[in-house]
Amino acid sequence: MTLTVREALLAFRRAPLLSALSVTTIAFSLFVLGLFGLVAVNLRQALRSVAERVEIVAYVLPGTPIETVTLAEQDIEAFPEVLSADYVSEDSALGRARRELVEFRDLLREMERNPLPASIEVKLKPGYQDATHVNAVADRLRGFAFVDDVRYGRDWVEKLDRLRGLAAAVGVVVGAAFAIVAVIIIGTTIRMAVLQRSREIAIMRLVGATDGFIRRPFLLQGALKGLLGGLAAVALSYAAYVLINRFLIASSFFTSLQALGVVLFGTVIGLMGSLLSVGRHLRRV
Amino acid sequence: MIKFTNVFKTYAKGGLALKDVSFHIAKGEFAFLTGHSGAGKSTVLKLIYADEHPSSGEVRVSGYDVTGMRAHEVPHLRRRLGIVFQDFRLLEDRTAEENVAFALEVTGARRSAIPARVMRVLTQVGLAAKAGAYPRELSGGEQQRVAIARALVNEPQVLLADEPTGNLDERATRGVFQLLRDINASGTAVVMATHDLELVRSAPYRVIELQDGAVVYDSAVDESAAGETPA
Repeated sequence: MTLTVREALLAFRRAPLLSALSVTTIAFSLFVLGLFGLVAVNLRQALRSVAERVEIVAYVLPGTPIETVTLAEQDIEAFPEVLSADYVSEDSALGRARRELVEFRDLLREMERNPLPASIEVKLKPGYQDATHVNAVADRLRGFAFVDDVRYGRDWVEKLDRLRGLAAAVGVVVGAAFAIVAVIIIGTTIRMAVLQRSREIAIMRLVGATDGFIRRPFLLQGALKGLLGGLAAVALSYAAYVLINRFLIASSFFTSLQALGVVLFGTVIGLMGSLLSVGRHLRRV
Repeated sequence: MIKFTNVFKTYAKGGLALKDVSFHIAKGEFAFLTGHSGAGKSTVLKLIYADEHPSSGEVRVSGYDVTGMRAHEVPHLRRRLGIVFQDFRLLEDRTAEENVAFALEVTGARRSAIPARVMRVLTQVGLAAKAGAYPRELSGGEQQRVAIARALVNEPQVLLADEPTGNLDERATRGVFQLLRDINASGTAVVMATHDLELVRSAPYRVIELQDGAVVYDSAVDESAAGETPA
């Protein structure tokens, strides 16, 4: 075991240029993947905050007793899709309109009778903010006798649905493409390291080293390169994030779990790349 | 120790490399493999260290059957053999001492025993004083001595040498050959492939001559059949 570690570390010292090249290549491949990941993370967050605004408003018939509405409110809150249901009385609707619709302030003040109906505003839980669930809840709300009308911007919700589907598909395809390119580049770099040491491998075999023994230092070395590359990629992505935040738009960075994922992914790719390259080489010679 | 029985070897592209080769090399014997380039000397050696498998016939080495040998058994066979080549095959970025120690390390020898064993073989080949030198700092003869030390350090039963003096001047050739004779005198069998006939004639050892992949002369067989004393 100690020999494996020593040989793996010695490889960095014996071929510093090639090792640095491998780490840099892995770092930049993962950096590109990381940048894409940042875009995906931010896009998802943006979509989530838009989705949070999905709201269903059930207008209450004038003259409905407040007790009926309060009871119904409790029933609605018990729906599995529903996060909250809030009653907005005629007066508070008017108050809100005066605050928010500044242009009509004078008009609203001069009105003798409040024209705005009372309503129940229903917010949905995350994961239920798509067209199917919104429609289902709206239908159930229409079932209440005191409900006059239900509004929720059907087109808008359906568009959001399509946008989400598109973002997910693009994310999977582009992410997979970047990941494949990263694996190929990393595999090639490690193959170079293996070829550079082919003489050593041949001698090891001649003196009776087992294939497992020959493979181990390469695997460790590959994993180390992947780990260093992954760390560098996270650092580069962070730098990019800081710059984007300062000069372009406010965005968010990976959670520590996601950053750990990038590093882990680099390590696994390094390991897999070595495994494939060394395995192929050992089968050939 | 080494037994070839009706061995044929054909390469997919190169045609027939060995034709019906049979011989037996006993424990502690010294045998020359001679013949022109391409006669099949290296193929015979490769079959002995299981770098190749016979197309038909049987090859047995040190109790192992190379004929149907599985890949995972090969390292164990090789630990019983020492192999030396014309081009030395040393690692340029390691000292003489490290090159020799490498052969012990990769076969899982006890770490604490390595330095003493390395120094013992380097002393045996006359290079103890240059243990810290890199291959580029050594002459051809000295590099071949390091290679021989590496081959010996695992205490092999057989030392295989493929044209070990091919790259050396006359003086270095004599020195390396004498070293191989000393190793054989201490009980290790030596199989040496060479086309240096002068060297072959200079010593009273068995000669197996190959021509176009077939054994055309084997002093152990032919001379006893002719009732002559081996030269």
